[in-house]
Amino acid sequence: MRMPDPDQGVIARRGALAARLRAIVGAQWVLDDEAERRPYRCDGITAYQATPLLVVLPASTAEIRAVLAVCREQGVKIVPRGSGTSLSGGALPLEDGVLLVTSRLCAIVAMDVENRVARVQCGVPNIRISEAARPFGLCYMPDPSSQMISTIGGNVAENSGGVHCLKYGMTSNHVVGLEAVLMSGEVIRLGGGFQGAADGELDLIGLLTGSEGLLAVVTEITVRLVPLPEAARVMSMSFASVEDACRCVGAIIGAGIIPAGLEFMDRKVLNAVASLLREEHDPRTAALLLCELDGTAAEIDALIERVRGLAEQAGAIDIRASRTEEERERIWRSRKLAFSAIGKMCKDYYCTDGTIPRNRLPDILDRMAELSRTYGLDYANCFHAGDGNLHPIIMYDAARPGDLDKAEAFGADVLRACVDMGGVLSGEHGVGVEKRDLMTHQFAPADLRQQQVLKCAFDPEELLNPGKVFPSPCRCAEFGRMHVRGGEMRFPDIPRF
Amino acid sequence: MLNTISPAAKADPNIALAGEIIGACVHCGICLSHCPTYQVRHEENDSPRGRIFLMKEMYERGGAPDARTVEHLDRCLTCLACEAICPSGVEYSRLIGHGREHVAAHYRRPPAQAALRRVLAMLLSRPRLFRMGLAAGRVGRPFRALLSGPLRAMLDMVPTAPLPAPSPVDRPQVFAAEGTRRMRVALLTGCVQTVLDTAINEATIRLLRRHGVEIVVAAGAGCCGAPAEHMGDSGRALPLVKANIAAWLREADGPYGLDAVVVNASGCGTSIKAYGHALRLDPAWAGRAARISAMTLDISELMERIGLLPPVVPTGLRVAYHAACSMQHGQRITRQPRALLAAAGFTVLDIPDGYMCCGSAGTYNLLQPAIAGELKQRKVAAIRAVGAQVAASGNIGCMTQLAGEVGIPFVHTVQLLDWATGGPRPAGLEG
Repeated sequence: MRMPDPDQGVIARRGALAARLRAIVGAQWVLDDEAERRPYRCDGITAYQATPLLVVLPASTAEIRAVLAVCREQGVKIVPRGSGTSLSGGALPLEDGVLLVTSRLCAIVAMDVENRVARVQCGVPNIRISEAARPFGLCYMPDPSSQMISTIGGNVAENSGGVHCLKYGMTSNHVVGLEAVLMSGEVIRLGGGFQGAADGELDLIGLLTGSEGLLAVVTEITVRLVPLPEAARVMSMSFASVEDACRCVGAIIGAGIIPAGLEFMDRKVLNAVASLLREEHDPRTAALLLCELDGTAAEIDALIERVRGLAEQAGAIDIRASRTEEERERIWRSRKLAFSAIGKMCKDYYCTDGTIPRNRLPDILDRMAELSRTYGLDYANCFHAGDGNLHPIIMYDAARPGDLDKAEAFGADVLRACVDMGGVLSGEHGVGVEKRDLMTHQFAPADLRQQQVLKCAFDPEELLNPGKVFPSPCRCAEFGRMHVRGGEMRFPDIPRF
Repeated sequence: MLNTISPAAKADPNIALAGEIIGACVHCGICLSHCPTYQVRHEENDSPRGRIFLMKEMYERGGAPDARTVEHLDRCLTCLACEAICPSGVEYSRLIGHGREHVAAHYRRPPAQAALRRVLAMLLSRPRLFRMGLAAGRVGRPFRALLSGPLRAMLDMVPTAPLPAPSPVDRPQVFAAEGTRRMRVALLTGCVQTVLDTAINEATIRLLRRHGVEIVVAAGAGCCGAPAEHMGDSGRALPLVKANIAAWLREADGPYGLDAVVVNASGCGTSIKAYGHALRLDPAWAGRAARISAMTLDISELMERIGLLPPVVPTGLRVAYHAACSMQHGQRITRQPRALLAAAGFTVLDIPDGYMCCGSAGTYNLLQPAIAGELKQRKVAAIRAVGAQVAASGNIGCMTQLAGEVGIPFVHTVQLLDWATGGPRPAGLEG
């Protein structure tokens, strides 16, 4: 993965820059010692690594603003990072860039039960919001599997999903207000303290959500809280063929049922989990669907019967529904352990993330099998079937030369196939560096250019998280755009609209 | 995580094992959510994932680690909440244990720091020396305001109340079971516990005898070795480990045999259950050590197996149960103490954020007073919020750290079980 060439001039000024930043955040919160910078070399994807120029841990919006001002003045790049759990390399550092870590901004500022919103700082872990809301019978719905530690700021940057986003929506459906620091030095506040507060203006919240740290540093987020579902039950449905399972997914959604979660696991995943738990499963099972239904007890009972009927029609060989909370947790456990179970089976694995229209599920699974033979690498499937969000798990051995390249090429071909089938490159992990060079497969040059124009409007010097998302530099300066620098417009005497 | 530790370095089986453990980590970051030092510092270097990275670099580079690496490894409480939550099963306890040994073998600490660690390892493992140290500390305590850092922390820890006299139960002897003998066990009486709170072993012995258990306090057994081991000082820890193994195996292989080694301080229990690992490379001791580890039980595990007698005293108290890290993470014992307290007639209340360490962590509160102090304040606030009448725990370290701060009596779980089944009301619970 090629990143922009580091600016040796900036690297030479590390010491002076550290001194400037220490004056803002305090001596101990700027890490310039190499030993202490190294653990920040990667986020949740270890294949991409770089030692940051400096690590800075500010504690407030004001400090972030001051840090950005120094970086802008010095022409130093900035990579924002929450807890470092991105699976697309969104927080991959730059050797000539400051890593801006937001973990110290971790206060829940306000819980507004009447308006059903919570105002939180960007470094608050996702799950903390639900924990704080639980006494009021509320919760924050988006639940990426990293939710125990991934920060809400990072969730906003990547527009994270999770099992429950099928029914409840992605992060973008739950943000009602944002505070962000722009490279211009402005602190902007979008939306406000209730749902709909941002309706009267251009949807800048929508723009910043999922912008992967390229447009602004989001410092405070007001999120929507929803009532905790009264109850939830999960169904476990086995199928003798992958096609039957795919058909069942289509049938459930097509019938107008919106499960709280609808997950797919293939035989390899089931075998791995079974060996981890020392349990056995029906050897005829080629694919398992987990379908969670939530709401009131009566509603769930009725839905379970409908789903059971659809599954039987699709040829399910075994159908179970949890009756108690313990049973529900036991059924979910296999899904939650899937990735670590695979991790135990192989040396390394690479999990990517793409989305297809649901009716193309059988086609993409066929294509994966074909690619696996071409590359000679094994793979497994465990994904959010309900919204067509795939997470193929490609197994390789990082110690074997060339294996990682093969795994990456395999993953890239799967993602290309997703796009070719009418899907998109990412479901919930973001583009980052991982899928950056595939962007040209999904977008025509003009589409990419328009996105870059937008980037330039926010960050004309291209200092915020450069080298991510776009396969080539934005070249903002070449636009000949006018932008205001230090309050001075270019050609101030020319009349404007 | 891929690592490039050289084959030469991996000739050392401990480094080879470290390489495998590092290889199991996928850098997902879930451990950060349960790491007390990360919750306080919010800094990757003070998280399990960060320390794994630091150790990876330490082994890859070889030789002496740098001062910053050591500082961050030192800050680890070894509470093992990370290991308990890790979805990939990374054996962090073994990694940090060997990491500490590597630091001890290769890194020259500043003289004052080195001396302090030597003194602590020596004092804590020898009850008589520890008692003398505390007596000296009481003389020095009034002047503690003049000091800072570990010395101040040590003087702060010196109990203000007079120390109990050494208890006769802690001397080597055999206590007969009441009624029919169902079991014969060795009890680790411990080192620090025999000085600071003699009531715990006394209550344990009464409780066990009442339940038909014969107890041996084996001659030659003593400190479990954990204080030295936590500082990476295997040279000081292993002789203590071997002395215990020898003492208990003499009993186990003697005419009356042993059904279990019972431990009522979960910090010590965690250590003894890892004897098998600590001596796995020593052919003369590996088998014997594994045998002792396999027969070691926390008192709550043993009591659950035996089954608690019905309570004879209607205690009816609300108990805040503080799960020690060595209990819930180190030994993964979570259910038994609560179930026993409930069976004894107490109302058991959980403490919010119960996975968090109280900051005691063996010698941690003496070596890292700032972080330990912060964790203590958080735990005290959490316990106070519960609205209990008494707090209970299964580890002397936590009790020492928290008692006197929580506004309610703080006792060992066995003291409550002993009281409910016919023993005396624990001191401090009067009235």
